[in-house]
Amino acid sequence: MITHTHRPLRVVLYEGTGCIALPTEARAKVMMTLLDKGYAVTRSGRGASAMPHDDCSLLVLGAFEGKAPALEDATGQITIDTRDITGLEPDAIISLVEKSRGDKPMNEPGKWKPWFPVIDYTRCTNCMQCLSFCLFDVYGVSEDNKIQVQNNDNCKTNCPACSRVCPEVAIMFPKYQGGPINGDEVNENEAKREKIKVDISSLLGGDIYSTLKDRSTAFKSRFSKERSADKALDERKKCLTKLVGDGFIPADVLASLPSTDEILKKAEAAKAKAAAALAAQ
Amino acid sequence: MSFVPTPSIRVPDTPTILYCRCAYAQVVPTGVKNEVLGKLCESSTSFETVADLCEMAAHRDPRLQAIASCAKLRIAACYPRAVRGLFQQAGSPLPENAEILNMRTQTAGEVTEALLQSQI
Repeated sequence: MITHTHRPLRVVLYEGTGCIALPTEARAKVMMTLLDKGYAVTRSGRGASAMPHDDCSLLVLGAFEGKAPALEDATGQITIDTRDITGLEPDAIISLVEKSRGDKPMNEPGKWKPWFPVIDYTRCTNCMQCLSFCLFDVYGVSEDNKIQVQNNDNCKTNCPACSRVCPEVAIMFPKYQGGPINGDEVNENEAKREKIKVDISSLLGGDIYSTLKDRSTAFKSRFSKERSADKALDERKKCLTKLVGDGFIPADVLASLPSTDEILKKAEAAKAKAAAALAAQ
Repeated sequence: MSFVPTPSIRVPDTPTILYCRCAYAQVVPTGVKNEVLGKLCESSTSFETVADLCEMAAHRDPRLQAIASCAKLRIAACYPRAVRGLFQQAGSPLPENAEILNMRTQTAGEVTEALLQSQI
């Protein structure tokens, strides 16, 4: 679940005019430690263009030799806190940053994993199978009738099941280990094998792939060919159980499935959304 | 003192360098990401670093828009297809000319050389 939405403090390690540069090892240690704690860090040295500053507050660190300048943003939009780090060891610099942040909340690595599907729209054909398959309402339809990830905080950590039912291998989970689900290039032969492993038609009970050849009629046939709701539900569960058995998705996904009534309601809602979106195309 | 929050020496037409630490899931090999950051630190160039692009995309962090607005961009992260997808899904598609280096498959030397090309 995505429960933390606080943006990390942006730290600027300033080593330009008027500052003494840190020793290389110290610089690397400070940056690694701050990043591993979740901070965003800008190293301001020479060359390379800067990212525009959209942040409302910056912490500027520099070896100003005891004369940290009081800075203010010319536009008045950014709060700038300047600290002198002359002679400080890396650990002391980290402590200074933590102290400067105070009790301002921030996301922290290790407490949560950013796990959610990412759609590759260069491959997606908007067939809506992911919408029909996901039982946790992760997917939705945009105003222009395109499939999109709308509730990524509903996604079950380490469950990439929807990527296996996508006929176009268009769903990625960047934190997944193996390709092409992790975003690696799609080998078309592998893609065919992926399709065979989990065939959505076995979940929904229709000859979906052949109907997909004709996009204009797909929405009419896909759901009308669906067998009874109970049968479809059984098959969906069987498929998920197999994926758990294969070690492809964590067991707690099965344990967290909604009740049968809820699943049926969700399936109906997804069916209606998908049909409306496809019909509008 | 008035402050224009950009690096002290801004070189026109040079790419913005962005390094992603992948701090939230550790799928990028530690040795590679440490070496790349170490080499960036050895250089005199300015660069941006973030703890985790996935974390930022999950929260639709507005900084992604700021990053995507850079005219020239070199990103050290993971698979280019995934990185482009993350930015697009967060509503801030990357420009076509953005260069993405993959620390999951490329060596630290290859990544660093591409990042610092024409800047050392």
